[in-house]
Amino acid sequence: MITRVVTVQNPEGLHMRPADKLVRAATNFQCQIELERAGQVADCRSMIGLLTLGAPQGTELTLRAQGPDAPMAIEAISRLFDSQFDDP
Amino acid sequence: MLELQGIAVSPGVAIGKAIVFDREGYSIARCLVSRPEAQREWQRLVEAVSKAHQVLGTRGKETTDSWGANLGGIFSAQQQLLLDPHVRSEMEHLIRDNLYAAEYAVSEVFAKYAAAFRKASSSFLAERAADVRDVERTLLEALTGKPTQTFAEIPPGSIVVSHDLTPGETASFDTEKVLALCTEAGGPGGHTAIVARGMEIPAVVGVGNFLHNIRSGDELIIDGHLGRIFVSPDAPTRERYLKRRIARESIVSELSELKDLPAVTTDGVHVELMANVEFPNETQACLARGADGVGLYRTEFLYLGHDKEPTEEDHFLAYQQVLRDMQGRPVVIRTLDLGADKMGMTRPVEPENNPFLGLRSIRLSLRNPALFRVQVRAILRAASAGNCRIMFPMVTTLDEFRSAKFLLRSVADDLTCEGIRIPSTLRVGMMVEVPAAVLMLDRFIEEIDFVSIGTNDLTQYTLAVDRSNDSVADLYQACDPAVLRLIKRTQEITSEHGKSTSVCGEMSNNPAHALLLVGMGIRSLSLAPSTIPVIKKAIRSVTLGQCEAMAWRALRLGTAREVEAFLMNQLAGLVPEIVLQA
Repeated sequence: MITRVVTVQNPEGLHMRPADKLVRAATNFQCQIELERAGQVADCRSMIGLLTLGAPQGTELTLRAQGPDAPMAIEAISRLFDSQFDDP
Repeated sequence: MLELQGIAVSPGVAIGKAIVFDREGYSIARCLVSRPEAQREWQRLVEAVSKAHQVLGTRGKETTDSWGANLGGIFSAQQQLLLDPHVRSEMEHLIRDNLYAAEYAVSEVFAKYAAAFRKASSSFLAERAADVRDVERTLLEALTGKPTQTFAEIPPGSIVVSHDLTPGETASFDTEKVLALCTEAGGPGGHTAIVARGMEIPAVVGVGNFLHNIRSGDELIIDGHLGRIFVSPDAPTRERYLKRRIARESIVSELSELKDLPAVTTDGVHVELMANVEFPNETQACLARGADGVGLYRTEFLYLGHDKEPTEEDHFLAYQQVLRDMQGRPVVIRTLDLGADKMGMTRPVEPENNPFLGLRSIRLSLRNPALFRVQVRAILRAASAGNCRIMFPMVTTLDEFRSAKFLLRSVADDLTCEGIRIPSTLRVGMMVEVPAAVLMLDRFIEEIDFVSIGTNDLTQYTLAVDRSNDSVADLYQACDPAVLRLIKRTQEITSEHGKSTSVCGEMSNNPAHALLLVGMGIRSLSLAPSTIPVIKKAIRSVTLGQCEAMAWRALRLGTAREVEAFLMNQLAGLVPEIVLQA
């Protein structure tokens, strides 16, 4: 299991388009990927789960991955957060 | 049991099954399948998901092409909602283990998430509820291969529950099947209210947000007297309402004994009670209730609830039927009052910022003479089938009335040339609904044969209140002293010139208001057929002097609240049995 803390930097929070990109990225990997916000855990492949986190800008989330390609997944997904999901 | 309070707009009690239409107007039956069918049902859903995925993809692409990737991306995100593994496994569980039909499973799961989103504290998430419902609808359409259920397919014994209803939707209801109406939005003067009274079914509007608390198939009680709604009522409540329904039926039958008696005060003053109708078949209700005629025939319903514009023949047949059915009793046909909130399928006007102050009613007719001529021709052709009168709505200026009458004359000349006989006694009147028309009535009066006061619009235009706007609907009071003064002035001017004034707005339906109007000198009221018996009962219980005393006092009060309280108090003293009924 690999863990890393990521921060939502988008002004509108983890909304529809970022969540969409997150799901698409997560489905490229075999490992289990989860995001946790204050005890609430969302499967990174579940749009509804991610939206339900209701994470506004500045929220710190714990990113967790478990499986053979977990290190790559953590890298790729942290990059998405850092690049603000390339959201316009 | 859940109890809700709204605005009572059409009396009666209904007990039935809810059929919930959301803003898009669709609903899903709660069906189960047999165990062997479950696998096939699941397969059907899997195929529908992939079809819906394609539909959303196409929609996204089209949106991106026209509006840019920013908006198009929404549909890509909606695709993720569609493919969400939790959504999928929950639907699979409902179908395989609980034996839900695919449609039922879809609506159950998506409704659950939409409700969870809507309740979320973040406004961002609450707005996503609409996306969830969008995906749900796309999936349901992929499943059924057709647009989701419409108002046309309502099972018998239904109570229609919706955010709001357009007049067209309401008009398309089958009265054999719809027991009552209940909406989140709307106010006492709105068209849902008028149509519900016309259909003689109970209605409660302006309930506020509650659709998420109710599902199609839930048992509902609608109390159209008190504006209460009970969702899944408990046994004592149900029992109480069953009893009340029986009691009401007995009062109705008691009142129906008045059917063939005239509406005269105990000291012998006769008041004409006419009926407001929308549909030709309502003449049966008029005759059954002993109406003296039709005081307001709303013709725009020919345009609503139909896909194509009515032909001259459609108009003609409807008018001829109403005139014949009324057997020589007067029938006042009001020309098109379309525009604003009442629009037919073919929208002849551009979107307006202020539709109630826009191109509506007589203005719309005068601007579209081709459309107007069709109707006027049909009225004139039908006129000899009975005692026909013609009335122009929402006249504001004398120019408008003259233009309308000019068109009427030119159509009449054409028809005479074609050899069609038009009764020479055809009377032409106008509706008084705009304060300007009251102020100028002494100039109109020589040119008009009669006046009918439309209190709904007169109230709205006098008090500057949009009666369908929930935030100000409480300011909409037909008994406001300002409105009463305009009615009084109208009555005085017409009677000085020996012409008649009728009142055809909602006001006539309220026994206390009706007595007030009689006291103000009005001798003709036009009301919903269903309320004729109770108004007749009220009039037959009082003397003219009592009504005049009521009017004298009411006209000296300063606020609508004071007038209303005074009138209710008077009614309780004069006709207590009616007050008890309400």
